[in-house]
Amino acid sequence: MAIDTQARSEERRPRSTSGGGYHAGRERPAGGWELWTWLFMRISGVVLLLLAVGHILIMHVFDGGVGRVNFGFVAARWGSPLWRTWDWALLSLALVHGVNGLRVIVQDYVKWPAIRFAVNMFFAVVTFTLFVLGTVIVFTFDPSKWRPV
Amino acid sequence: MAKRKSDIGTIYKGSPGQWSWLAHRITGVAVILFLFAHVVDTAVIGWGPEAYNRVTHVYHNWVVRLLELGLVAAVMYHAINGVKIMIVDFWPASTRHYKALSLASTGLFLGGMIPITWIMGHEILKLAGVL
Repeated sequence: MAIDTQARSEERRPRSTSGGGYHAGRERPAGGWELWTWLFMRISGVVLLLLAVGHILIMHVFDGGVGRVNFGFVAARWGSPLWRTWDWALLSLALVHGVNGLRVIVQDYVKWPAIRFAVNMFFAVVTFTLFVLGTVIVFTFDPSKWRPV
Repeated sequence: MAKRKSDIGTIYKGSPGQWSWLAHRITGVAVILFLFAHVVDTAVIGWGPEAYNRVTHVYHNWVVRLLELGLVAAVMYHAINGVKIMIVDFWPASTRHYKALSLASTGLFLGGMIPITWIMGHEILKLAGVL
């Protein structure tokens, strides 16, 4: 049925160089690694719907927004394992979702293999470094080291 | 693609979803670039209250808050349009109502941004000294 719909839409209008046909996002790859990353984007996207949108509304919109954020605020917030877990899950999923998005965009615009490899490696190293930094901080942060604040 | 006879003298109207496709890319890149910086600025908390409070003080500037409103808008757009992408991907029959789907997601985004802009705009204007 999916093939049917696509075939009909392609018949009626020329493929654009971008989205193509009625595809709002990237076309589903046939298989292999690309299919798994395609699937990962959608699964992580659903989870990020809660984690990222929740984080944005809590931290930036409601209850005074980012103006109330300081050392004491984060110390109190990270007193709860729920928020440490939430923030770590958000960190991991958003980084991987984001770096894969960058990879797809690089695939579209950077044609020369050596440059493409270099750009992808750069983003991968940045992502891994930030993942390690964020993970260490979110799980080892101990406000009592600085008490009284 | 070679120009067909029927293409000559007509206005290029693009393909359905091309603008949301572009906006999805732009908002995605904007959010990941901010995230790179945001992980670093949050990690500064590991160096104590003095260092961290100096970093968060950046957010007490109204121009930065205006950029923050843009960030919130980018995340909201990417999230809502992402749901639209998944509907089209996993339920291909929905492309029969593609226009309605696009209108609904755009409406949801704009409708959501009205109260958000109201709330955040209030803080921005207070910081700018207008209120």
